[in-house]
This record gives sequence, C-alpha cells and structure tokens, in this order.
Amino acid sequence: MRDVRFAVLTFPGSNCDRDCAWVLEHVVGVRTELLWHADVDLRGFDAAVLPGGFSYGDYLRAGAIAATSPALRAVRAFAAGGGLVVGICNGFQILLESGLLPGAMLPNAGGTFRCTWVEVRVERADTPFTNQYRSGQVLRMPIAHGEGRYHADPVTLRRLEAERRVLFRYVHNPNGSAHDIAGILNEGGNVLGLMPHPERCAEAILGSEDGRLLFASMVHWILTPREVARCTF
Amino acid sequence: MHVLTERRPEALGLTPEEVLEVRRRLGREPNPVEWRILAVMWSEHCAYKHSRPLLTLLPSSGPHVLRGPGSNAGVVWIAPDVAVAMKIESHNHPSAVDPFHGAATGVGGIIRDVLAMGARPVALLDSLWFGPLDDPQARRLLEGVVAGIAHYGNAVGVPVVGGEIHHDPCYTTTPLVNVCCVGLLDPQAVQGAAAQGVGNVVLYAGARTGRDGIGGAAFASERLEGEGDRRAVQIGDPFAGKLLIEATLEAYRTGAVVAVQDMGAAGLVCAAAELCGRGGVGVELWLDRVPRREEDMTPEEVLLSESQERMLLVIERGREAEVAAIYRRWGVAAEAVGVVTEDGLLRAYDGGPVVSLPVRLLVEAPVRRMPEQAYEPPLLNLEGIPLPEDPAACLVHLLRSGEIRSKRWVFSRYDHMVQIRTVMGPGGDAAVLRIQESPPLGIALSVDGAGRIAFLDPWCGGSWAACEAVLNVACTGARPVALTDCLNLGSPERPDVAWALRQVVLGLAEAARALEVPVISGNVSLYNESPTGPIFPTPVVAALGVLQDVGRAVPAGFQCDGDLVVLVGTPKASLAGSAYLRWVHGRVAGTPLRPDLGLHRRLVEVLVGAARAGILRSAHDTSDGGLAVALAEACILGGRGARCDLSHFGGRADEVLFGEGPSRVVASIPVEGYEAFCAMCWRHRVPLWLLGRVGGMRLQVRLAQGAVDLPVATLREAYG
Repeated sequence: MRDVRFAVLTFPGSNCDRDCAWVLEHVVGVRTELLWHADVDLRGFDAAVLPGGFSYGDYLRAGAIAATSPALRAVRAFAAGGGLVVGICNGFQILLESGLLPGAMLPNAGGTFRCTWVEVRVERADTPFTNQYRSGQVLRMPIAHGEGRYHADPVTLRRLEAERRVLFRYVHNPNGSAHDIAGILNEGGNVLGLMPHPERCAEAILGSEDGRLLFASMVHWILTPREVARCTF
Repeated sequence: MHVLTERRPEALGLTPEEVLEVRRRLGREPNPVEWRILAVMWSEHCAYKHSRPLLTLLPSSGPHVLRGPGSNAGVVWIAPDVAVAMKIESHNHPSAVDPFHGAATGVGGIIRDVLAMGARPVALLDSLWFGPLDDPQARRLLEGVVAGIAHYGNAVGVPVVGGEIHHDPCYTTTPLVNVCCVGLLDPQAVQGAAAQGVGNVVLYAGARTGRDGIGGAAFASERLEGEGDRRAVQIGDPFAGKLLIEATLEAYRTGAVVAVQDMGAAGLVCAAAELCGRGGVGVELWLDRVPRREEDMTPEEVLLSESQERMLLVIERGREAEVAAIYRRWGVAAEAVGVVTEDGLLRAYDGGPVVSLPVRLLVEAPVRRMPEQAYEPPLLNLEGIPLPEDPAACLVHLLRSGEIRSKRWVFSRYDHMVQIRTVMGPGGDAAVLRIQESPPLGIALSVDGAGRIAFLDPWCGGSWAACEAVLNVACTGARPVALTDCLNLGSPERPDVAWALRQVVLGLAEAARALEVPVISGNVSLYNESPTGPIFPTPVVAALGVLQDVGRAVPAGFQCDGDLVVLVGTPKASLAGSAYLRWVHGRVAGTPLRPDLGLHRRLVEVLVGAARAGILRSAHDTSDGGLAVALAEACILGGRGARCDLSHFGGRADEVLFGEGPSRVVASIPVEGYEAFCAMCWRHRVPLWLLGRVGGMRLQVRLAQGAVDLPVATLREAYG
C-alpha cells in the first residue's frame, strides 16, 4: 500500500492545525506535514486540510484575508487537479471567501460564539469524505464558532440541494444556518467545507469517535483504484 | 489619577518615607523620569510591599517543584518527560473600568507568564466575582468580562476549561477577575528568568509600543473612584498574542534564549529590572530602537507603556539575528534594544542618557508594615431564622440563583475543546485534560474561592479555598500536586483588611502544609475598594492534580441506576456563610466551620485510591448550597434520579439540607464495590454514610421531618 500524504496548512492565527495533524498522524495513521502559509507547495500531497482558528485574527471578516493569500492560489490549483481539500470551521470560512465553495457565513443567530456538542446528519455516503459512514447516520460532533450561520442566495441553495452537495446537516440547528447546513461540497465533489470539528471527536476519550471516519473516508478514497471509485458528479 | 506632567514624587503615589528612602539609597535627587519609574516599581502591584513578608509563610517547595514563587509562573514535574507551569493572576481594576479589554488583557498577560517558563499554554480557568445579576451595573460588567475572556481565549487558541462565578453586592462596582493559565513543557527545557552573561543582547519581541496602559500598575494600587481612568487600561490583540506564542516557542528551540519575561505591569522598565535583578547584573537600554506605533513618545512613556503582547528576551551574544528572524517570519517585530552589563545599573538612553538607577533599588522596594486590627463578623442566631416551610421550593430557588445555577451560558461562549485535550470540560468538579504526549497521563484542574466564608473568618477562608480546590481535583481521582493562589482584598492601609490579609495567608499556608500541596505561584490584588467600602477578603486558589490513567477520571454526575449513594467525609455542616442564608434569608453571618485538615487529607486519599481501584463511579464535592444542591447537581449532571434517606441526620432540616462545610463528598459506588470502599474509608478513618441509591427520574430525599421529592426535569429546568 502506498503512502498517503496529508498537508495541514498553518495560517497566522490558525488554532487547530496541530490538532488536525495529531489526529491524522496518530489516530488515522497517515503521513502529515504542517505547511506554513507562505511556502505552501502541495505537489506530492493527496489531501489538504484548512484548519480552524482565527486566521489573520479574522479582523476583516472570518477567513477573508487568508482567502487572498498565496497559499490559496496553491489550494485552488490543487483542487482543480482533483486533490481532496477539506476546510474545517475557519477553513470552511476561508473556502467560502476564496470562492472555492459558494455562499457566505454570517454571525450566529444567537449573536455569540458557541462551543458545544451537536448532532450532525450525514446526507450521503458516496463521496470521498463520507464513504465510511452510512447515509442518514447521525454523528456527535463539537462546534466552536461565532460566525457559522451559512447563507446563500435562493438559487445557490436550490442548486446545492438539487446536486446533493449538502453533505452534513444539523439535526438541531445551533446557529441559524440556511437549510440547517453544516457542510457542503464543491461542484467537483473534491472540496468540502464544514463547521463541526471532526478532529475534536476522533478519539473515544474525548467523547466521540465520529469524526475519525471523515478522515478515514478520505484515505479510503485515495487508496481505492480510481476507475472503481470514480466520482459521479 | 496621576497625570504625566506631575513631577512631585509625593504626588506619584510614594509615601514621604519612601521618598526619603530613595534619596538615601541613591545618594542624589532622581530626575523626574526616574521618580516616575520608581513610583511605579514601588507600587503595591509591582513590589508586593504589603504582602511580601506574609507570602514567605506559604509552603512552596516539594520534591516535584521545579520553579516556585519569584518566577514568572510555578513549574512542577508530573512525569519523567512532562512538567506543568501554572499561575493565577487578577485583572480586577482594569475590568472594573473597561470590562471587555480589562478581562481580555488579563487573559493575555497570564498566558505570557506561563509562556515565559518555556511552556505551551494549554488551559485557562477563571474565577469571577460580581454583584448580583439583578443589578444592571453588575450585569453589564459580567457581560463585558465574559465577552472579553471569550474574545481573547477563543482567538488565541487556549481553551477555557473551568471556572466559577460568585455574586455579592460588595463586588458590584469592584468585580474580581482572576484568571489561571496552565502550560505544558519538557522538564529539561524550563526557561530562565535571570539575565546573565555580560554582553548578551536584550531583544524586544512583539507588538509595537504605544501609549496604552501607562501607569496601569500604579492605578491597580489604589482605590477606584468614579469611572476610573480608561487610559490606564490596555488593549489586547489575541491575534498578536497567538503569533507571539508560536514564535516564542520556536525561538526557545534555538537554545539561544538565556532568559525571558513578559512585559506586563510597568512595561519595559519592570521586565528589564526584574530580569537583571534575578541575575545580579545591569542593563543598558536604547529606547530609540524600541518598535513604536505612535510618534513623539517620551522616554518615560516608552519605558512604562503597558502595551500588550510583548516579551523581553536575553539572547546569547551573536545569535540575536537568528532569533529575530524567527519572530519576523511570524510577522512579529523583534529588535535588539539593549545589552547586559556588569555594573548593576539600569541605564536607558534616548539620544542622551535618560535613566541611571541601580537595579536593586528598583526591585527591592521597602516593605510596608501596616497596623492590624481584628474585626468582629456578624453573629448568627439560628433562632431568628425561620425553618423553611417548603424545603423543595428552597432547593429550586437555590438552583436558580446566579451563584449555583449552571454556568453553561458563560462557558459555551468559550472554546473549551481546542488543543484536543479536554476529557472533562466546564460544569463538573474539575476539568480533566489528557496529556496525549505521555499517555495515559492526565491532569485535573479546579479553581475555587471563598468570599463570604473569608469575610466571616479570614483564616477559615484561606484554608477553605485551598481545601475546596484540592477536593474538587481529588473528586476526579487525581492526586493534588500543586496550588496557585490569588488573594483579593481591600486597602491594606485599613487595619481590619491588613489583619484579614494575614489571617487568609495563615489559613492558606496551614492548609497547604497539612495537605502537602505546595503553593508554587501566586498573586496579590489589594485596594479592591469602591466608595462604598472594601470587598470581602477573597482568596482564590487553583489546584493541579495528576491522573495516572486519564481513562479512569471520575465524573461528578450519577452514572448507573442501582449504584449506592454515599456521603464521605464529615457529616458536620453549618449555615454560617452559606448560600442558603445568603440567597434565601439575605444574611451573611455566623462562624463557619474550620476544616479538619487531617480528615481532609485522608478524604483525598480515599478518593484517589477508590478511583484508582475503579470503585468510584461518581464523586461531587458539596459546596455552595450544601448536601441538597450536591445531590441535585449529581442528578442533573448524570441525567438520573436518586432516593436518599437523611432522616438519621439530626438538627434543623435546613442545616441538614443546605448547611455547608469542608470535607464532604457525595459519591456513588457500584454495589459490588461497596465493601471495598467501606474498608478503604475504615482504613483511612474517614466517616462514611450510606444515603440511598441512584435510580429513577426523581430526586427523593427523606428527612427526619418532611421530605423533598422533585422530578429531575424540574431540577434541570431550574438549574438551566
């Protein structure tokens, strides 16, 4: 079996970069490198993770400054070449701001930052990120964000639904997100953004292992001969 | 508040004796800038001149202590390859004036104290003391403080894993904001805090210097009047703080860092003086090289600015460029601003010479001894307190009170999971973190203070706070290994406050000694007074415990139907200083029970032993609200009911239900483990009372007269 290589990007202000790298290396068991935003070179990697945190302090809008950084040019090219990209929390916000995913994030409906456990439903199990789950499976995952209310115009929302690109949905909406959206895919099906933190629920000691299978799904997809597992979107 | 144009030394906060002392020790008249620096360096906030002799009474050594008081934070060794740095600090005065920025910068400052030991900050805990929530001012201050802590902690990526909130009118205009930070490090890599090596370079790293917070240390050393001075409050930037953490940790790995300190109170001059004072050296500072964000700053402003997110490092000569390059890669300013000298003088140049003062003069302020006078706390005559007509309604009322009810509305605004160590987060007795670098090791952390109790009996308050913090940690099964304390009081110039300060320290010292848990760091915050008077003496203690197997950490809530509910420890409880007396009868009175420290220590042994043996299913310390609230919380947290019989406890029903005392734990034990648990209690001579069984969805408590019978859903609804 060949080595699977994951890159975790560190922006100034990233907080969950080390957490993601820990889970990928020690729990999922894949080679992982932390890449400093200024010298991101994704050649040779199978997947890239944009971790949570407050990139650049989120001083403009969450994720807005990181979205314009040279690192995102590399991510865009990597995604265009079919590489797997997952943005978690602030990483999701960066993917939205950079246009790799449609829509935007608004401050939570409750007006404040919220850190709590939520239930999240897997909407489909035939993607690079969910092939180890069952469709309809309900996961227990933590959220921790102040701006997690997903927003998009009605046309975009209709399209996301029609193309079955809403991959994760809150069972009880914690932030006022449109269509209870917790995570969405891009058109190509190889870029995922989600607000819940899979890296915080990948080990039983932390209260849930449900997040581990998201990374395991990515590894499975990477290792599966492509003609069999060809993406159907 | 002093304005910068004020030049008379007596008007800067120095006493006439101190002015004479300066002239005598220096042998000349200091220039105006030097006076100003001396006034700040000799303030209570920087020099602890009222409390220093007392603090030496606290036991601070032990086989595991790597660094004790006098360092930026205490450090204990918990495994061959793991050490923990911890310290608690207050940010009371700034939070009273500007709650958001005051609290935020408090978080940033304590994080950098832990960072300065060479540790990665991994957890925060906060102890907050405010006026009752029905007071609009108290609510505004609490809202601001919570938002400030969330703003800084969330963005800087250090989880807030625990804390407490207390209320009393004495804190309405003078709230207390105490924040404890805990860090992890390699015991071989503890950073120094003593400048050494003549010719070594003094490196400034961090945010640029502005005019914020000038005089903050002196401001924190006097009473608050009116709206206070906003200019003395610093502004925090968690993003800059985060970059500074990562860059500094990377800088340590070069091995070129000789010593390091946060630039906190009294800014550059205090950091430089303290670094040099510990190393017995001098320093030359070139103020023109200090990175600035404002123009036309005077040398005095540059020296005393309390701009946040700045560290001062001593770097091996010749390696400063290498270290500075690391900071710059993280986008952090770094400049060589001075050099270590051998003459013992702190000299500052800005073009020409500005300051030339002996380091020892700066760091060795004369101790001030104040007259002490004991006071008589209000007595309690129970005959004047009517028995509750409906004890169940009393319980619901207490669960609903701001002090006891769930703090979820607060802690859900803090990221308590980042860094993926949080095994048990806020809401239980203690937070539990795993040390994934050294599995299956874990640590437990709790912060606890005593306000009403310390007001009624300051000695008891000091000892009570330590006992409670230690017991909370032990309830998870962790062995307590270290304490850090923050003593909050009014003006020590009042004889009754000076007396209370001494009593609090004596009580804390005796408890720490009896429990064999050293106090490895601490902070004193005095002058917590408003025009209406001083606060209650409020000692706050944070405890660190070690779990050999974090997978065996014991939760606070009942876990399994059929388990036996027991009360371990002393059955003695009193209404003196209790939450019941405060929130049901509006009284703070009586003589609280002083802890039996021998029994307390044995109780800790029982809990740690039973957890290790796997026969402790849940354990919850009884504190505010007494036994009834402890049982209710164990039901709420576990999501199941219990049936208990308290009819064999004599005395008033309210004393049995709501009386408070140290050394009491509500635990649940599996039936098959009960015999072993009894044997353990017997062996350690710890009293044990079988109360009943876990099960059902109601809390049913039988009393000698009457009963409490409530659905868990009702309890949960009240608790929030």
